[in-house]
Amino acid sequence: MTTAPKRAIRWHIGVFLAPAVLIYTAIMILPLVGTLQLALFKAVNQVQTFVGLDNFRTLFGDPNWSVGFWNALRNNTWFFVIHMLVQNPIGVMLAALLSSPKLRFSAFYRTAIFVPTVLSFVIVGFAWKLILSPLWGVAPNLLDLVGLKFLFSPWLGKESSALIALSLVSVWQFVGIPMMLIYAALLSIPDEVIEAAECDGVTGMAQFWKIKLPLILPAIGIISILTFVGNFNAFDLIYTAQGALAGPNYSTDILGTFLYRAFFGFQLQIGDPNMGAAIATMMFLIILAGVCVYLFLVQTRLRRYQF
Amino acid sequence: MSKATASPARSIAAHGILILYTVIALFPVLIVVVNSFKSRTAIFRQPLMPPTVSTFDLVGYETVLKQGDFLHYFQNSLIVTVVSLFLVLLFGAMAAFSLSEYRFRGNSLMGLYLALGIMIPIRLATVAILQLMVASGLVNTLTSLILVYTAQGLPLAIFILSEFMKGVSDDLKNAGRIDGLSEYTIFFRLVLPLVRPAMATVAVFTMIPIWNDLWFPLILAPSESTKTVTLGAQLFLGQFVTNWNAILAALSLAILPVLILYIAFSRQLIRGITSGAVK
Repeated sequence: MTTAPKRAIRWHIGVFLAPAVLIYTAIMILPLVGTLQLALFKAVNQVQTFVGLDNFRTLFGDPNWSVGFWNALRNNTWFFVIHMLVQNPIGVMLAALLSSPKLRFSAFYRTAIFVPTVLSFVIVGFAWKLILSPLWGVAPNLLDLVGLKFLFSPWLGKESSALIALSLVSVWQFVGIPMMLIYAALLSIPDEVIEAAECDGVTGMAQFWKIKLPLILPAIGIISILTFVGNFNAFDLIYTAQGALAGPNYSTDILGTFLYRAFFGFQLQIGDPNMGAAIATMMFLIILAGVCVYLFLVQTRLRRYQF
Repeated sequence: MSKATASPARSIAAHGILILYTVIALFPVLIVVVNSFKSRTAIFRQPLMPPTVSTFDLVGYETVLKQGDFLHYFQNSLIVTVVSLFLVLLFGAMAAFSLSEYRFRGNSLMGLYLALGIMIPIRLATVAILQLMVASGLVNTLTSLILVYTAQGLPLAIFILSEFMKGVSDDLKNAGRIDGLSEYTIFFRLVLPLVRPAMATVAVFTMIPIWNDLWFPLILAPSESTKTVTLGAQLFLGQFVTNWNAILAALSLAILPVLILYIAFSRQLIRGITSGAVK
């Protein structure tokens, strides 16, 4: 480079950026685009042929696929709704209790409640499968202690309750995340705000509902979108506890397990990369829609509460 | 006023709820570990009792250590996690430095491009990733897992680290430049040591999902020689459905390393979350 431009080319910027950008682009972005593209093709006599939106027509219209797809989507939505209704309120409540200034042992509680979150799905799935199993007496014995033994039934084995039971297991595992994020948000509320409220006689529960809750809404927004992305991308827990067929009778099938069977094949079903790509595309669109709703509707409105 | 904030009844209630939830969180883990040390009959007769002299039995552990090749799986997991973690931290810090330190055309666009991966899970690209790995002959190698996990970890690492690097004093870096240090020396010698706490936070966040992942080992590297501990445990547990001693022992062996690491790093992790690293 003898021709000197106005400023010397700053090669180091490129050197610093290159490894991350190259790996990220090659292993994540290009395959993502490739997957979206594959959804528009179909193997005809082992040659990939462009078929437009045919795969999606099959996915929505052909009963061989559409029944499974709508079932998985419905189950996945329930899975998400249960998380929002159970995990986040419990997380907020625990965080509110932990953040009270004079509480003793709060570090112990925080550490202990976060333990399930660091365990792998395999451990969590199997441990709960054993505990809820009617063969092993743990769950019925425990219910017996509080006189509620009649409530017990093999929840994971019944179509009507398996999905709810697994959702609650997942809630049990992940409640630590909303707890921690809300806890951080509560700690960041300036003392002056709290003192001003106390001077005005707003204390206790009223203080939480009227002063703190509005101030932690942005954190609740972040948790909601994290839960949404995590839930519509979930796979491991269902696969570990119920297998790839997401039994009983597909009652716990969610988009992740449906994608796995479609794309990788399972037992009698032969793997079809193109249909797999079509399902992955639908999951991509659902997650993208959720993220867009969050970024453009929720976050812009919540901003004004921030300091 | 002080009465309302510090009344003993309220604090007892708060402790009550927290203790109850702590029990709920720890009970399943405890019951698995406790029962793994008991004989088969005791597991079923008195699942809620701790092992006594007469019911103490290590037969489950003997079965696991004889049957499963856990040491090998453990080694695979360790290699994959440590190498991916190293690459995420090194490449992530380099990219974060470049984005936060230099003003160049396309800077914010590049930041946005790299942040996409925080929200869009890499799992959705699996179909094409598998084709890519098949085409490049990387299926059933640990390299394929390392590449995928590096790509998966980079977006969040870059995002968190560039927030922290913006806080490193400009005077320090400029002093280095006046002393004739190259940009590389400034990065490795001056900036990296200063963001070490942030690096530790990123390390913990990156490590947990990699160690626990089941999806990519199942699809990209299911062969015997490349199984990770998570996949190995999954298959082992599937095979021994009726051998409860073995299952409970395998679960305990899978829980313990994670639990020990967690207790060792929990202060770091919790400080990382509460200092707003993920906001």
